[in-house]
Amino acid sequence: MRKKKKERNVNTLFLMITVFLFVLLYIVGMVKFGNRGFAKLQVFLNLFNNNAALILIAIGETMVIITGGIDISVGTTLGWTCMIVAYSIEFKGMPVWQAFLLALVTGLVFGIVKGYCVAYLRIQPFIVTLAGQFFAAGAAAMIYQQMVSVTDELFVKLANWKWTFPFFGTTNKRGIVTYPSISGSALIALAAVVIFYLIMKYSKFGRNLYAVGGNETSAMLMGLNVRRTKFMAYVITSVLAAIGGIAFVLNTSGASLGQGEGREMNAITAAVLGGTLMTGGVGNVFGTLVGTMVIALIESLISFQGTLSSWWGKIVIASLMCVFIVLQSLLSAKSQKKKGDTSHV
Amino acid sequence: MLRKMTSHKLFMPVFCLAMVLLVNVIMTPTFFQITIREGVFYGYMIDILNRGSELILITIGMTLVGASCGGVDISVGSVAAFSGALCCICLGDGAAYRMPLVAAFVLSLLLAALCGLFNGFLVAKLQIQPMVATLILYTAARGGAQLLTNGGVYTIKVPKFKSLAGAIPGIPLQIPIAIAFITFLIVFVILERTALKMSIEAVGMNRKAAKLVGIKTERIIFGCFVITAILAGIAGVISCARIGAADATNNNASIEMDAILAFALGGNLMSGGKFSLTGSLIGAITIQTLTTSLYALNVSAAQLPLYKALIVIVIVAIQSPGVQEMIARLKKKKEAERQVMAE
Amino acid sequence: MEQERNIIDMTGISKTFNGVKALDNVHLSLKKGSIHALMGENGAGKSTLIRVLTGAYPFESGRILVDGQDVVNTSPEMAQKNGISTVYQEVNLCPNLSVAENLFIGREPRKWGMIDWKTMNRNADKILEDLDIHLDVTIPLESYSVAIQQMVAIARAVGFQSKVLILDEPTSSLDEEEVQKLFGLMRQVQAKGVGIIFVTHFLEQVYEVCDTISVLRNGTMVGTYPVEELPRMQLIAKMMGKDLDDLEEIRSDVSFQIEKSGTPLLEAKQVSRLPVVKPYSLELHKKEVVGVAGLLGSGRSELVRLLYGADMADKESQIRFQGQEVKLKHPYDAMKCGLAFCPENRKAEGIFPDLTVRENLNIAFQTRQGIFKLIPKKDQERFTDEYISILHIKTQDRETLIRNLSGGNQQKVIIGRWLLTHPELLILDEPTRGIDVGTKVEIQKLIVKLAQEGMGVFFISSEIDEMVRTCSRMIIMRDGQKVGELTQREELNQEAVMKAIAGGEGEC
Repeated sequence: MRKKKKERNVNTLFLMITVFLFVLLYIVGMVKFGNRGFAKLQVFLNLFNNNAALILIAIGETMVIITGGIDISVGTTLGWTCMIVAYSIEFKGMPVWQAFLLALVTGLVFGIVKGYCVAYLRIQPFIVTLAGQFFAAGAAAMIYQQMVSVTDELFVKLANWKWTFPFFGTTNKRGIVTYPSISGSALIALAAVVIFYLIMKYSKFGRNLYAVGGNETSAMLMGLNVRRTKFMAYVITSVLAAIGGIAFVLNTSGASLGQGEGREMNAITAAVLGGTLMTGGVGNVFGTLVGTMVIALIESLISFQGTLSSWWGKIVIASLMCVFIVLQSLLSAKSQKKKGDTSHV
Repeated sequence: MLRKMTSHKLFMPVFCLAMVLLVNVIMTPTFFQITIREGVFYGYMIDILNRGSELILITIGMTLVGASCGGVDISVGSVAAFSGALCCICLGDGAAYRMPLVAAFVLSLLLAALCGLFNGFLVAKLQIQPMVATLILYTAARGGAQLLTNGGVYTIKVPKFKSLAGAIPGIPLQIPIAIAFITFLIVFVILERTALKMSIEAVGMNRKAAKLVGIKTERIIFGCFVITAILAGIAGVISCARIGAADATNNNASIEMDAILAFALGGNLMSGGKFSLTGSLIGAITIQTLTTSLYALNVSAAQLPLYKALIVIVIVAIQSPGVQEMIARLKKKKEAERQVMAE
Repeated sequence: MEQERNIIDMTGISKTFNGVKALDNVHLSLKKGSIHALMGENGAGKSTLIRVLTGAYPFESGRILVDGQDVVNTSPEMAQKNGISTVYQEVNLCPNLSVAENLFIGREPRKWGMIDWKTMNRNADKILEDLDIHLDVTIPLESYSVAIQQMVAIARAVGFQSKVLILDEPTSSLDEEEVQKLFGLMRQVQAKGVGIIFVTHFLEQVYEVCDTISVLRNGTMVGTYPVEELPRMQLIAKMMGKDLDDLEEIRSDVSFQIEKSGTPLLEAKQVSRLPVVKPYSLELHKKEVVGVAGLLGSGRSELVRLLYGADMADKESQIRFQGQEVKLKHPYDAMKCGLAFCPENRKAEGIFPDLTVRENLNIAFQTRQGIFKLIPKKDQERFTDEYISILHIKTQDRETLIRNLSGGNQQKVIIGRWLLTHPELLILDEPTRGIDVGTKVEIQKLIVKLAQEGMGVFFISSEIDEMVRTCSRMIIMRDGQKVGELTQREELNQEAVMKAIAGGEGEC
């Protein structure tokens, strides 16, 4: 009971590293590209504007990882719903809201199937969601295999809507003042972060997520409905991926094949960077938001640099994830050793 | 007799293959015809085996990984792309090879082995779940391939390079088929002629007990990952030779799914332990036949994963504890009913 | 007519596993505000009885009354609703959640539908203060020691208004100071009128806190006694039992010609793995059967595991085998020296369920030969047949999967697996556990025979009479330390061993 306070911080250790990383990268950006406008508030806000979809799927990913599972289908689910929205508005003349609803229902049904397989049939989450990843990719291709640009009036209006700050304006050479702005999808994503933070902290369901990830047997013995909790986690994640798809369409005003691929990796990395343990039970969505920002910043830096291949981004992100996972593994091995290995008893 | 046949462990894989082949024969009566054209075997079946060579190689590896640690290696496709790209870069895009072919091969396979060591280290030493561990290279290795080829397709201008995926000089058989089957035979014979198969199964079944009978469990798992990566590397080089270029994006893309599918179709358990390499081989051929047939049905490459995902889910669902329990309960109920009837 | 009320009455409980009676017409009554010890060696049926009571296992016949009401628990959650809470050895809470949450999960106080953390923390503080436990309830449970976690688990049970608290070996991994804290808590809970069933292997603990003792042996209730009426020796006698007298014959024809001169087979100096095994030195000669006695948790299994390299010994440890110093980093090293080890837990560490009898039998020898030098199938089959007949293994054929064999036959296959490697030193950790009496006798006879043929044997068993019958020498362990040694065969008898196990406890 003496130095217990200190130990608690081990869980937030990763988050601290990530925050430090963010600040460090930001400073690097300022120094290297400050003259090219990196310091502008708009550049910072664009981290959110361009990554609203990633934030949304990363929230879901955080939830499933906390239950001790994983979902690697969020990326292609996002791509699939993107295609649904774009195609049905552009080629089927579907009203915008209906198209959005269709995407959400798709996500919901898809999530129900995945959740059932994981929670009730007890198939390894990795296998289920790997199959899900391929299914969604194939399903998107079933709809349409070319680029779609959405030209619907209402949609364009929605896509271009943004909240412009009435302050922090910058004046350019010609003396025209431009104010920084944040897009609608980014606002939705940020709202989702707040909502899910509250759900995971203050609702019974949210706490059950942690309990299941902490020790499934105990959770069951304490009378929690473990299966339903897991099931719900996958369903919500899938719906969030669908919302992410909508956000993505709004951001890019179109859809193309294979655009969601690989994003699950970013989502997982964001969660891990934000202090979510791969073994489950620990993590929160604010951490994930910070993790997402680090990823966004890395990509932004690479694009500012201009000559680097975008694949550097993938490699850097994969390496970051690797470092964090190895750290997590070493840390848990250490704490296990401290408690005395009684595995054979 | 029938009962004995259906309970054989290779019954399901053979049955599935037979079904797929049957459908194909009905659709294309010339399906089994093999002719020699320009000194090479030619025909649907040959085409399937030829295109399936990479899958067969990777499935062999996936089987070893799956059996030894009850997980799958999803980095195989990316590792293939990475070492294929390295091979092409080493050879250069000039009018002549930059270095001897053999040196390029060795270097690219070394790179693959290095990837395998990395995976093995994370899984065996750090005890990270296999799928999470291999997720890292799943992204990073393909990223590496993209970097090597500068994001595009890196073409080798020496025409002879392409002939590496052609026929063996003097024998009308395609080199990839030969490589795949010789590799299969080598691995098969090693497994049968040593106690390696039993040891791998023992590790997959009960790791603690395996350690107590003196098996170096970590080394076995390590070995399985390294072999898998090397096989993936060979597959990557073959793919490059086929098109005479390194295509970082499409080289063996999503082959991990096919390999997992082949592994499961081969009658092997996803949870590890007992395995059948022959079953996996049959599974791989089945999947390749299925792929080819779906192409024939005008399903595009991009849509293909949907069908495969469905099949995977059905197979693993049948194996899943949930469904197994349901079946057991049904059986019990029936038994009880029968007893009631008898009384 | 006011009688002291029983909160629990279990009558005529029977439970069978695969045709083996695990519980046979067992009665157990628990009084309000009593701390009731449930004692018995491995396989006596303690955990089965607890699981029946908490609804984890169904049972065939008998009744359970809680507060005079008939109750059928189908799951631990249901048992909890009926007022029966259980605290296990490995804490069944969620280590990642805060202490307060662990106390309240499933019934969190809420305000406008949201969890009211303030009230929850305040209430948690109150519950713990009431029990004289002082913790920061807002930090994760895993930041506290196992002892504190146990206490939180107990507090949770108390918070649930439980009438009955079952403590299943809660003290196994606690040190003395922690045990005392736990006892304090138990007494407080007792004072609230809760009945406590306390399962433990530590005798002194029983005499310290309990008022009643029930003893189980081989699935039957030997009896229930007030603590004052059951002295230590008698308790051990009741636990170990003195039946199986017909087995005495094994003993009469045993004679050991131990070659005490020359280098011992095994020489261990200061072998340790703190904190479970404290520095330990011992020797073992050829043709010797050394019994390691002690209650569960005394470090007996842990010690032999160190000698085999199954667990890594601390750096200071020295092991010499036939005069040669060896470093055991992996069981393979020990195997190469000629050691063999039958682990305690057959299912978890012994068998490969989906391999055949032949493969299970040959695997250790094969590994010793080297994985790449396959033993010809013909030889494998010959070995298998040989051991099937030597050990009287009942199996359909050698290609039967071992999972289809009975426990006793599985055990014989595992022993055969090691005999095939022709070891110099054989370590048997509870080889007779959970198997039928006939096989038990066979295994004991085999041990003696092997020793006579020149092998050194370590033999651990929960049934002391087995060891008395077969061992030439016995080491007594307690708390990871050697507390006694019986070297003369003449002084080897149950009573002496029990005295040694119980001994010393009287003074403290």
